[in-house]
Amino acid sequence: MIEAKALCKRFGSIDAAREVSFVARDGEITGLLGPNGAGKSTTLRMLYGVLAPDSGSACIDGIDIRGETSSARAHLGVLPHAAGLYANLTARENIEYFGSLQGIGRDRLHIRATELARALGMQGFIERRVKGFSQGQRIRVALARALVHDPANLVLDEPTNGLDVMAIRNLRDMLKDLKSQGRCILFSSHVMQEVAALCDQVVIIGGGRVLAQGTLRSIRERSGIGSLEEAFLQVLGNAGGPG
Amino acid sequence: MRALFTVFRKEFLENLRDRRTVVSALLFGPLFGPLLFGAMVSRMLEQSAIEPDQPLKLTISGGEHAPNLERYLESQGVKLTAAALSEYAARAAVRSGASAVVLIVPPEYAARFAAAKPAPLLLVADSSDSQTRKSAERVRALLAGYGSGIAQLRLQVRGVSPLLALPVAVNEIDVTTPAGRAVVVLGFMTYFVLFAVLMGGLYLAIDSTAGERERGSLEALLSLPVARASLVGGKILATCAYMSLSLAINLAAFVVVFRFVPLERLGMSANLGMETALTFFAVCLPFVPLGAALMTLVASFTRSYREAQTYLTSVLLVPTLPIAFASVYSLKTKSALMLIPSLSQHLLMTSVLKDAPIAPLDVMLSAGSSLTLALVLIVATARHWRRESMLG
Repeated sequence: MIEAKALCKRFGSIDAAREVSFVARDGEITGLLGPNGAGKSTTLRMLYGVLAPDSGSACIDGIDIRGETSSARAHLGVLPHAAGLYANLTARENIEYFGSLQGIGRDRLHIRATELARALGMQGFIERRVKGFSQGQRIRVALARALVHDPANLVLDEPTNGLDVMAIRNLRDMLKDLKSQGRCILFSSHVMQEVAALCDQVVIIGGGRVLAQGTLRSIRERSGIGSLEEAFLQVLGNAGGPG
Repeated sequence: MRALFTVFRKEFLENLRDRRTVVSALLFGPLFGPLLFGAMVSRMLEQSAIEPDQPLKLTISGGEHAPNLERYLESQGVKLTAAALSEYAARAAVRSGASAVVLIVPPEYAARFAAAKPAPLLLVADSSDSQTRKSAERVRALLAGYGSGIAQLRLQVRGVSPLLALPVAVNEIDVTTPAGRAVVVLGFMTYFVLFAVLMGGLYLAIDSTAGERERGSLEALLSLPVARASLVGGKILATCAYMSLSLAINLAAFVVVFRFVPLERLGMSANLGMETALTFFAVCLPFVPLGAALMTLVASFTRSYREAQTYLTSVLLVPTLPIAFASVYSLKTKSALMLIPSLSQHLLMTSVLKDAPIAPLDVMLSAGSSLTLALVLIVATARHWRRESMLG
């Protein structure tokens, strides 16, 4: 479970996050939806502990990320916006490097990487160097890297960026699989269709503020509009537009 | 600690697979110095070998006005070529390289010589060419010798002792030992050694910081439950490993080069055998973490590979500053100077080359100051990595 409690963050004169609060539950996919510059990445970065909030707190499975960074992070897998890989290492080496830094022993790590290769359909290229991989192959390796320590929670920052239709579809299936294993999945996107196709809960964010949250249906009902797209636009409009 | 070694192993392995890193760190960096050095010293040997053997060639114009001078020059072993050249033609001949040095005897020479007035001679040479400059110097020395001989005769004829015209007699004693003479030539070898150290770590320092940021793997790395100090420590340690390798290759190459370059023929003796190389290695080892930390720190502030490259190439020049300073002020080995990294290594290595004794205290001061500064820089790097601005 991932909890954001009144997270605030300022960069100079810009309020990137203003009292952002929400809960992403286990066994659900929560979508953080908002236009570019809405504060999605800032919020996620505070959740996985690379940015310190000015006020408020973030908890992973009830552990404060700032208080006990290491133990909170051990419960969390992260796929940042820039999910670059090491081109001169093989896919397996990329995954095992992060696993080793997560404190997993060598033997277990080898088994785990093989397991992930099977689960994410990477058997064909797990032993190949990453140089020259397609975007679809890269995202699998990056996802495997984030899952290497078998975390109960997974945060993904715009994971579909730069992926083609097939790869997006595969990613969607992989996320559904992870959800069915009871994991808590939080991902950000500025594409409404993606959120609509995948999420159980939606948090709409604009100008650093949470504008609406709930299930797809409850948001639609509250705005009185049938499609998420229109609801999204209306919610943003009520808040005086993005930024 | 475990994380530190994981990072170290990965950086070491990954860069070993990168051709650019291997070429620059383990080939170009360490071999550049010894090869350049070998080539330069061989060239110097060739030149000095040619010089005394070959007769001095001189083109003389209007020699008929000065038959005595011609005879004197020939008796000194100068090969004279007669030619009738105007001043203008002589300039052209020297500039084109047709003649190395031209001596013009003007028609009024004979009359003025007979009247015991200064008789004019015109020497045409190109001083920017090191070969003809040497020939011109030799001609000048011969002409001066001829002149003073004539002067002494004239004084004697007039009943004056020629000794009156020699108020002082200067004798020179050069106390340089053969090894000492070698140091003049080998002085900048120490810079090549330090250069090899830094080159060995250059690409690794960039790749593990700015490279990590540019390829977008940094944020994922920073979101792991690993202390930033361990990440930085592992990266600096890997950079140190490459630098040490580069240093070892560099010194081995110098040993090989010196085996083939007969420095004795230049009147020098260079003690660069295995033992000296090992001493050099020990002297330079404390400089390794300092260089690695400095480059990693500088590269950590940059946003891209290219930017890091720009800044780090200037870092390559940092160790030259104290060395240049030392040679301008011709500083001698002093304990206080041992506190300055790169200068202390330079002075210690120079002492070894000179066969001069090395004080253990100096070695300790040199190592201590380098390692202390290295520690300060490592802590500064780790602190920088804890800042949010690292995310970029």
